[in-house]
Amino acid sequence: MTATENPESPAPEAEPGVPFTLNGSELTAKAGELLIDAAQRHGVHIPHFCYHPRMTPVGMCRMCLVEVDTGRGPALQPSCMLSVTPNMKVNTESEPTTRAQDGVLELLLINHPLDCPVCDKGGECPLQDNAYAFGPGESRFVEEKRHYEKPIPISDLVLLDRERCILCDRCTRFASEVAGDPLIHFIDRGAQTQVNTFPEHEFSSYFSGNTVQICPVGALTAQPYRFAARPWDLAEVESTSMVDSTGARVAVQSSQDRLVRIQGVDSDATNWGWLSDKERFAYEATDSTERLTQPLMRNDAGELVSTRWNGAIKRAVAALTDAADPRRIGVLGGARLTLESQYAWAKLLKGLGAVDNIDAQLGDGLPADIVLGLPRATIAEACEPGGVVVLLGADPKEELPTLYLRLRHAVQFDGVALIEMSPRATSFGDSVAARLNPLPGAVGHLAAALAEGMVGTSIGGIAPAQLSTAHRLLGSGRPVTVIVGRGNLAESPEIVVSALAALRRANPDVRFLSALRRGNVHGALEMGLTPGFLPGGQGLDVELPGWEMAPQSRGLDATGILKSAVNGTLDTLVLLGADPLEDFADGTLAAAAFERLGTVISVDTFMTASTSAADVILPAAMFGEADGTFMNLEGRLSPVRAKVTAPGQGRPDWMIATDMAAAAGGDLGFTTLHDVRAEIAARVPGFADIDWASDLGAEDGPLVRPLRTWTVSLSETAPIPPADDYGLRLVVDRKLWDNGTMVTESGSLRPLIGDAVLGLSPADFSRLGLSSGDDVDVTIAGGETHTVAAVSDNRLPVGAAHIPFALNSVRAQSFLSAGEPVIELRVRPS
Amino acid sequence: MSRLSLANVELAHEIISHYPRKKSALIPLLHVAQEQDGYVSEAAMEHLAELVGITPAEVLGTASFYEMFKFEPQGKYMVNICTNISCQLNGGEELLHHAEETLGIRPGGTTADGLFTLEDVECIAACTEAPCLQVNYRYEYRLGNDDFDRLIADLRSGARSEIPAHGTLGRVRQHIPDDRRAGIEPPEDAGTPSWFSSRSAD
Amino acid sequence: MATNAYVPHAAGYVDNEGVKIVSSRFGYEDSYTFERSLATGGYEALKKALRLPPAELAATVKDAVLLGRGGAGFPAGVKWGFMPPVWPRYLVVNGDESEPGTYKDRLLMERDPHQIIEGCIITCYALGLNTCFLYVRGEMPVAQERIAQALNDAYAAGFVGRNINGTDVSIDVVLHWGAGAYIVGEETALIESLEGNRGMPRLKPPFFPAAKGLYMKPTIVNNVETLANLPWIVTNGAEAYRRFGSEKSPGTRMLAISGHVKRPGVYEVEQGKVTFRDLFYGENYCGGIRDDNDLKMFIPGGGSAPWFFEEQLDLALEASEVGPAGSMLGSGALVVMDHTTDAVRACLRVVRFFARESCGKCTPCREGTSWEEKVLERILEGKGRAEDIDLLLEIGSSISPGNYPVAAHSEDGLAAVPFPPKQTTICPLGPSSVAPITSAIRRFRFEFEAKIPTVPAADVASESPVPAGSGS
Repeated sequence: MTATENPESPAPEAEPGVPFTLNGSELTAKAGELLIDAAQRHGVHIPHFCYHPRMTPVGMCRMCLVEVDTGRGPALQPSCMLSVTPNMKVNTESEPTTRAQDGVLELLLINHPLDCPVCDKGGECPLQDNAYAFGPGESRFVEEKRHYEKPIPISDLVLLDRERCILCDRCTRFASEVAGDPLIHFIDRGAQTQVNTFPEHEFSSYFSGNTVQICPVGALTAQPYRFAARPWDLAEVESTSMVDSTGARVAVQSSQDRLVRIQGVDSDATNWGWLSDKERFAYEATDSTERLTQPLMRNDAGELVSTRWNGAIKRAVAALTDAADPRRIGVLGGARLTLESQYAWAKLLKGLGAVDNIDAQLGDGLPADIVLGLPRATIAEACEPGGVVVLLGADPKEELPTLYLRLRHAVQFDGVALIEMSPRATSFGDSVAARLNPLPGAVGHLAAALAEGMVGTSIGGIAPAQLSTAHRLLGSGRPVTVIVGRGNLAESPEIVVSALAALRRANPDVRFLSALRRGNVHGALEMGLTPGFLPGGQGLDVELPGWEMAPQSRGLDATGILKSAVNGTLDTLVLLGADPLEDFADGTLAAAAFERLGTVISVDTFMTASTSAADVILPAAMFGEADGTFMNLEGRLSPVRAKVTAPGQGRPDWMIATDMAAAAGGDLGFTTLHDVRAEIAARVPGFADIDWASDLGAEDGPLVRPLRTWTVSLSETAPIPPADDYGLRLVVDRKLWDNGTMVTESGSLRPLIGDAVLGLSPADFSRLGLSSGDDVDVTIAGGETHTVAAVSDNRLPVGAAHIPFALNSVRAQSFLSAGEPVIELRVRPS
Repeated sequence: MSRLSLANVELAHEIISHYPRKKSALIPLLHVAQEQDGYVSEAAMEHLAELVGITPAEVLGTASFYEMFKFEPQGKYMVNICTNISCQLNGGEELLHHAEETLGIRPGGTTADGLFTLEDVECIAACTEAPCLQVNYRYEYRLGNDDFDRLIADLRSGARSEIPAHGTLGRVRQHIPDDRRAGIEPPEDAGTPSWFSSRSAD
Repeated sequence: MATNAYVPHAAGYVDNEGVKIVSSRFGYEDSYTFERSLATGGYEALKKALRLPPAELAATVKDAVLLGRGGAGFPAGVKWGFMPPVWPRYLVVNGDESEPGTYKDRLLMERDPHQIIEGCIITCYALGLNTCFLYVRGEMPVAQERIAQALNDAYAAGFVGRNINGTDVSIDVVLHWGAGAYIVGEETALIESLEGNRGMPRLKPPFFPAAKGLYMKPTIVNNVETLANLPWIVTNGAEAYRRFGSEKSPGTRMLAISGHVKRPGVYEVEQGKVTFRDLFYGENYCGGIRDDNDLKMFIPGGGSAPWFFEEQLDLALEASEVGPAGSMLGSGALVVMDHTTDAVRACLRVVRFFARESCGKCTPCREGTSWEEKVLERILEGKGRAEDIDLLLEIGSSISPGNYPVAAHSEDGLAAVPFPPKQTTICPLGPSSVAPITSAIRRFRFEFEAKIPTVPAADVASESPVPAGSGS
């Protein structure tokens, strides 16, 4: 908890405690608190292996046995399975306790190999630590130890050494209970019990790396980290993952100035210690050979050549100044940047340069006034036991995987009812309370029907039972949170907004949680990297000191910028870590824009497709290389910290902005990160009370409450576009493993990117007489024809066709047209 | 080997209908798979995973816990000789050694002709009839070496045709006619039986 | 019928004098058929029960002091009373008989399945539940077939299923087969198995089946023999039942006496009325030790029970006598060993059983039982070390701390340590492996020592490594 989170509330009252005695001291436990936790809180560590505070206790390893007397005499009890009861007497130091723990430790070690010197876990191993602390030093076990084939890969990322395994059930419990991917399991029985996969069915979970982190021995190791470093050589800082907008807290570890590992850090507010494999392993990209290490400029021969910072900055400034009319300049990107860098660039471009054609979203977002104006829920509020969550967006397992884990826990264990309004059924599967998967274009109409209770008849193929369940839940008085993102890149944001409006009408107390997925996109919107706003959601009419040149009228969004480039009214483009050629929803539009653009300036970390088409390239420091602040999808701030030096001449983005300002004869007014923060606090409402030093060090980080409230007038009834004679409507969404830079530049992750296939509902699939994997010709309304393999997809409603964005073999980008409400297509067997 | 046959899929659905939750049917379904193929094949486990709505790893996790399930082809006759305490006291271990020599295999092995698999098993609840064994879980009591040899000879000659091939257990199955069924519901949907409420109210 | 004679169609069952409560039909070759059951009063108790309020029925069972016959000997009526008023609730019948030396539930299932089904329905009715699972051990196909046929007949006749005997009472009884795992006889493991999982015990607390059992709903787990008593109790009343057996342990028990006796067999015996000596030497029972040898030791209650010796022979088969004397009556399994028995070999055999049957869930049992087995094997192979005997006791203490239950040995001035043992484990399986070790070493340490070479064997751990996962 932080001051900003609940400014008015008094200090929490002491909860009625449970008195108990621990090693002779009279102490108090919280109601229902497990003995092992209560003891830890009072400074008594009870050794354990199977217990993990974020998973159901199982009491299997027996290491945490302690002597407990509840009035019937002392008896050994597993402290991980026992809630403290009044007047319980606990002795963690008695002879029976230590004898039992010594015995368990000896038994755990008899079959454990002594290969600690070559074990990744050596040096940070609970078993090793306990053996060192309490072990006898010599084994009485003279028999042959258990033998298994040494490490076997159980997935592309994780290896399993069954000889080291102590069968604590942590990895298997995680897979089943937390991730919902029970692909590893105890196999066989007794002393032969082993953890393994089903033959030829690998542990292909997006969350597999967590099992490595929670393994209490070195049985599970991660391919990217194997033999990369010794724990005692690691240096570490706490930071925040910028891979997506959840803002998972991480420990960033380096050895010899290289990032070698990222571990999850347990934050109550966000990730509970868990990470997706993308958050965990995408650090590999920092070492990519595609990293930009020096400024580059295109010479007269049209070749990119390295140059000095001064020259590159001058050239970039000249291009912007030459444009004369700021309306001829467009800026894309900014979600990669820290909050401080976002502020610096926003001030440079808007405050000094009067540019408002700035969009941190690449056609896959929602209008900034909506995102900034929504009454926000925190993740914890969305997951509040007994609540209702409406999912109006893509499958969070693909786009925001750690948020998915929180939601999954809420649904599985805390009685949260999920109403799924995604265009395609999500990974929640049968655990949803109501499944409403509308056809593209219909979600606004569907939400309106729910709002008005018109649920007696089927709407768009959705069964009345599902509709009435959803209607009942929305009006049940249970707290409702709408998680809103862009579930379908082939459907215009206006349609999503109309659904939002209807849901709000149905229940005025509804809260919203943004599911915009790009790293620090919420920070970017907050700092004004979006048309029509100054930082903090302030209108262009607000006068901010130092922002005297701020634009007078609302600029263009990403689609507008690219269209203007195509029609020649915009000729200079600045890319702030954006790659529109690969990443903008409408690939055809982006390509056409690049054909006509005059000058492209790219501030980036990698040589992407768009960057390689730039005229001036300014190398930036990336995650792990620069300090700063992150704002997650709740509006929560947390620190991003440098651990290693950027390669070559890469610099933090905000410094590049200050240099640009200086070269243009201006002054952003700050020379240190501290200065930037001070100015944000001074200029941006909501940041005034942030104490960057102490608040960001807090476990959960402070929340910045939105300045604006929802007063925007919404087009509540975006009409359902009439269906033409094209039979199917397109759904385009993202997979976790896609051709985004962080994945393609991470050697361990790149092989996980799959081929795009066209999914059709089973009914449509059989209507077309297809077999799985058959090629089909896809013709976009008014557009071209593509050939793609098709599969039956039972997550889709009849009449929809699905293709994931940015996978291999087929570019879904070329299926999309920015600005169209929906995309119609026709499918024929090839 | 194979997935379940159509007839066995039908049987599987009937068995599943006997339980409040599908996964409860897993062990009986594994027996169906073993009856079909003589062992539990990987394809069958994948099929059962679909039928019950779990992953193949979960099916294997359960199946591999129970020693009756075999994951490789077995002999037509599985000869399980008990060597637990009551049988040991009455020559069970000697009988096992005799069987090893007679059949030329060690426990866990299968004769080259595929007829016999030998196992050394724990107590099979015929302790007063020691030493005892089971052939495909059908009992033979108080065996001497000669009795064993005669049994093997009879099995080879087909004189013991009443013993079905390995994998078949009880050949009579429970069938619950729809009109006789009290109603087995998911625990989420089940409540206090109305008859109990009314009879307890009196 | 002849007394004291084996009944050919019920292998091992000895038809002797005395009251027959659960084995009354065993004399009939077709005792398992619906027709024979009906002809001999089958389902009459059920009809009577359905005319009583459920609570009255439950009270009758409590009055009868029907002790559980599965091993723990807990009164069924009291157990039933632990159920909170929560529905749905389930009855699970434990027919997974597999404790070494135990042979009686199989006989009851094969010989009189209708009696068990009748007991199931009576119990379901008394407790107000409508789904019962009858869990039969996998290795018992004849029991499975007979129960399946009996259920099909009883459903058709209206004694099970919808509207039982024309009343509004509807109860399903579902036959379920196991697949080979001793530990599934433990009630929480049985529930896990019935949920389709690995049969690994749950921790008690918090998972007491009566409150959180099958599907985390209140569940009563009763042994087959326990329920087989119910038709008789309902028909004749609690008072009549209490006239048999002792005051603390009314009724009869089915006892399997095996090992080195002249007439091994399964006997229905009034509880608490006979001594071990009566059973082993009495002409109405086993008729003495084979070849008139000397008794060396005996197991009074199945493989999990600490051993008894000559000086415990005159104890009555009564829990309140056997427990303080250092063992238990368990599952009615008595294994007699004469003076020719090698105590170390017998000890290894029982320990090996627990090592093979350990579920692997908790560390002390998974690692400890197989370590015990390896050390004992080494001693028997002549590769023991002097320190191995104490090591065995030490491993035992890691599984079962403190003084392990053991019989008194007056010669050595050794007092009995009363049952039950303490445990570092989740369930009693691991501690059970300590019973033969403690019993044998306390009494026959010299036999262990005799097997240990005075010059230590060179290298005890030189076997070539074998992948542990390769076997089945």
